[in-house]
Amino acid sequence: MSEYLNHIFENFKGSEEELIPILQKVQEEAGYLSVNAMHEISRFLRIPRSKVYGVATFYAQFRFKPKGKKHIMLCRGTACHVKGAPRILEEIENNLGIKEGETSEDLEHSIESVACIGACSLAPCITVNDKVHADLTPQKIEDLFKKKKSDKK
Amino acid sequence: MTKVNLTIDGRKIITDAGKTILEAAIENNIYIPNLCHHEDLKPSGVCRMCMVEIEGQRGQIIACKTIVTEGINVIIDSPDITNIRQTTLELIHCNHTQDCNNCMKNSYCQLQKVTAYVGINQKRFERMRKIKDYIEIDDSNPFFNLDHNKCIICGICVRTCDEIQGVNALDYGKRGFYTIISSYDNRQIKDSDCESCGECVVRCPVGALYPKNMQIPSREVKTVCTYCGVGCNIFLGVRGNKIISSRGDRNSIVNKGRLCVKGRFGYEFINHPERLKQPLIKKDGVFVEASWDEALDLVASKFSSSKKEKFAAFSSARVTNEDNYIIQKFTRAVMGTNNIDHCARLCHAPTVSGLVQTFGSGAMTNSIDEFLHTKTIFAIGSNTTAAHPIVALHLKEAKRNGAKIIVANPKEIDLCNYADIFLQQYPGTDVALLLGMIRYIIDENLVDKNFINERCEDYDTFTQSLEDFSLEEVEKITGVPAAKIAKAAKMYATNTPSAIFYAMGITQHSHGTDNVLAISNLALLTGNIGKESAGVNPLRGQNNVQGACDMGALPDVYPGYQKVNNPVAQEKFEKAWSVKLDNNIGITHTEIISEIEHGNIKSLYQVGENPVISEADANHVKKALDKLDFFVVQDIFMTETAQYADVVLPAASFAEKDGTFTNTERRVQRIRKVIEPIGDSKPDWWICCEIAKRMQAKGFEFSNAEEIAKEAFALTPSYVGISYDRIENEGLQWPCPTPEHAGTKYLHKEKFATPSGKAKFMPLTYKLSKELPDDEYPLLLTTDRSLYHYHTSTMTRKVEGLRELDKEELLKINPHDARHFHIKDGEMVKVLSRRGEVSVKTHITDICQKGVVSMTFHFFETPTNELTICEVDPVAKIPETKVCAVKIEKIL
Ligand code: SF4
Ligand code: SF4
Ligand code: SF4
Ligand code: FES
Ligand code: FES
Repeated sequence: MSEYLNHIFENFKGSEEELIPILQKVQEEAGYLSVNAMHEISRFLRIPRSKVYGVATFYAQFRFKPKGKKHIMLCRGTACHVKGAPRILEEIENNLGIKEGETSEDLEHSIESVACIGACSLAPCITVNDKVHADLTPQKIEDLFKKKKSDKK
Repeated sequence: MTKVNLTIDGRKIITDAGKTILEAAIENNIYIPNLCHHEDLKPSGVCRMCMVEIEGQRGQIIACKTIVTEGINVIIDSPDITNIRQTTLELIHCNHTQDCNNCMKNSYCQLQKVTAYVGINQKRFERMRKIKDYIEIDDSNPFFNLDHNKCIICGICVRTCDEIQGVNALDYGKRGFYTIISSYDNRQIKDSDCESCGECVVRCPVGALYPKNMQIPSREVKTVCTYCGVGCNIFLGVRGNKIISSRGDRNSIVNKGRLCVKGRFGYEFINHPERLKQPLIKKDGVFVEASWDEALDLVASKFSSSKKEKFAAFSSARVTNEDNYIIQKFTRAVMGTNNIDHCARLCHAPTVSGLVQTFGSGAMTNSIDEFLHTKTIFAIGSNTTAAHPIVALHLKEAKRNGAKIIVANPKEIDLCNYADIFLQQYPGTDVALLLGMIRYIIDENLVDKNFINERCEDYDTFTQSLEDFSLEEVEKITGVPAAKIAKAAKMYATNTPSAIFYAMGITQHSHGTDNVLAISNLALLTGNIGKESAGVNPLRGQNNVQGACDMGALPDVYPGYQKVNNPVAQEKFEKAWSVKLDNNIGITHTEIISEIEHGNIKSLYQVGENPVISEADANHVKKALDKLDFFVVQDIFMTETAQYADVVLPAASFAEKDGTFTNTERRVQRIRKVIEPIGDSKPDWWICCEIAKRMQAKGFEFSNAEEIAKEAFALTPSYVGISYDRIENEGLQWPCPTPEHAGTKYLHKEKFATPSGKAKFMPLTYKLSKELPDDEYPLLLTTDRSLYHYHTSTMTRKVEGLRELDKEELLKINPHDARHFHIKDGEMVKVLSRRGEVSVKTHITDICQKGVVSMTFHFFETPTNELTICEVDPVAKIPETKVCAVKIEKIL
């Protein structure tokens, strides 16, 4: 078993109610819930692994793939929403070919939507690896990710 | 039971307190729509279809979760109720594939039934209709499919897999509109934790989970599963002369309708094209078809000219009591020898030799049903979920009722998921482990003194033998931490009633009898025997191994364990059979093989067995068989062993004959002829009687199995009270000495079956296994079984789905050892012992402890028993198939 899991389990008793806190802790450390981690959690808590998986997939906060090299956090706060965040998300999704909560096959990109990131005056906005991109329009998104695509070449 | 009066839908009814409204309605034939209810499961209340109102109360309640109360008037239909039901139903329908005519469950579907009753508002429904993205049908399992597009998320499968099967392969995944039934990591069923029992499939109310092969039989016949010793009651369904379905009998006390994958789906072998259909005689090295007359005449004349001391017979734990009775009678009365044995020698011989000394009887002391009330379950050397799946369900149920489970096993078996304590002892160290527990119990004064004083003998001599078994010493021998042993001992001794379960992990050792005696000492010490839900329970492997022993297919006893060297018994049988009988004890299974090798046994009559694959050190078996002058094999398939025969006689399978099987809990149950024998095959008893008659023997003029049973049971004291009439519906448990006797649920209630009526403590010493790892052969090989196969797989591998679920042998090896020997998962390696070598794929898993590797013996391509050692227990003559030393070589 991986070191980090051992380390996390040390702080828990191993009772069933700890499932969600442990899932959160593991995601915090590893960035996502791997198949192996969920299996070990189920052994630690002695609950069926199908249940661990069921609970984890029930909550939107958990991800099952590592974050991409470029992790995009899309703001879903009120200001951004009003200023067209849904449209922005759609645009990102179209550009990258992945959906919110997913990671691209090549592990380059991942998208997550979050509540207000505290840049309301610049809405709608996203962060890419903590760098804020503000005042977005579909065109800007296209440029941003096209540029990234050509960067790669 | 207190009764409650209430009114449902205008009808006054009386029901038991504690029932739900829905249960009360169902029992009175009043239909309340329901989708997520199942009588075997706890109510979950998710479908909201069973909404009802109670007069004088506001709002609606759900009938499946509301307990009846005195005087209530339940209204099951009102405009409000209909409105709610319709809306809920429309929500279900709006993303349900509307394809009833093509659906396997058409006309059995609960959704159809509810819809017909409730009715839906077509317009509103069309407006709401929103089909989810089509999800591919999961057809990965060979026996059933899962079509998510038809799933109504009632959760019945999830609860079945949890509450009944205890496997938890399924749960809800995702959320809201996208909720699906999902395995771990949303894997296909075949890659999930599913054990293919099919319990969820029979319960799914709609066409979401459905058997691949769904044909409705034209008739069904009640009989007993032919695989393991649990003896589940089944209905085999037939169309024409073909078995097309199998379902559990819900009224059976043994399995309550539940079945494992073999019992539910493993019937295909019966009609398999490779069934033997015609007698075969080997001429110039090749088998040629012959008529029954020709084959039987040949066998009769060869057996007639065989000297009695040069003849031996292997009977079979697979065939009926009646068959076994006839075969042993033939051997004794016609051939004049006691050289008869069967494969029980290779499984539970130490149980018989051990428990007969201490308790006076070698059978399971309790019944399966009693375990629901056992407080501490101690499973040692039993991989219960794989080898006795339905017993395992009872153990899991007991656990849910609050029982504690202790598992002692060298491997981390599935049952460990349920264990409160898991003791992973080193293979072959059971005596030390058990004596360690015993000594702790004595030191802590947790013994049952009254029980020891009143019902046991030789306690003091026994306690003196415990000197060397301090917990520290035992920890060194077994590798189990002392504290764990103490905890387990305490639990077993104090949280009573406690019951011990064991199987091959205890018996298949050169000190198997000692292992059994250690178990018996532990039970006596704490008074956990001779009581309801407490006892010692050897789980018998084969469907009729108990019966084959009871019927005297053993070298030292007549039917009913009456000793062949006891003059009284001898006289009884001489009178019954009108012949002179030999009072010399015959030789055992393992001895027969070596006597053949030494040229002392020249003719062998073998029924339903495959020693070339099942016997330890299989190469010496092959060499021996080559030396026989005359070898007759009677079987349903051309087995690896049958290849060595001179004559092969085609036998009818269990589905083609009448008779009785005795299951592991001593229950004598009826099996019935479901179809006509395949080809020209014949029941085993018929074949043996024909041989006898052709040898001019008297006493073999039977025209059916019942006539044989009458003769056999009358001579077997514990069966005297059993007749076909009495077991028509439900089997009886022996001892059943008179026709009025109700059978015996648990043994040794007032006294033990020993001559003195008291049980005996047996002093023991710890002996090492005969061949332990050394520098040259550094790993210990132990053997086990798979849920999906039975023994040498002559039947299960004729079932395509079972073959698919478990394709090939895997050498299970611990990750540490794998690294040490530079082995990758799935790599082919050579496994070598001092006796043979086998090439096999590896499977790296931490269920094995360091230094221990494990293989099954189900696959003839990789004959594990060419590696095992034929060192036998001095008393029981069982070979040590659980421990031998091997090494691994890479295949370059
Ligand atoms: S698969 Fe069947 S039993 Fe399982 S939730 Fe769906 S409809 Fe219910
Ligand atoms: S077949 Fe049995 S083990 Fe498999 S999911 Fe259904 S209930 Fe569970
Ligand atoms: S548990 Fe044994 S008797 Fe029951 S269905 Fe399975 S193989 Fe047959
Ligand atoms: S709402 Fe988007 S940054 Fe505040
Ligand atoms: S049957 Fe009562 S809620 Fe489903």
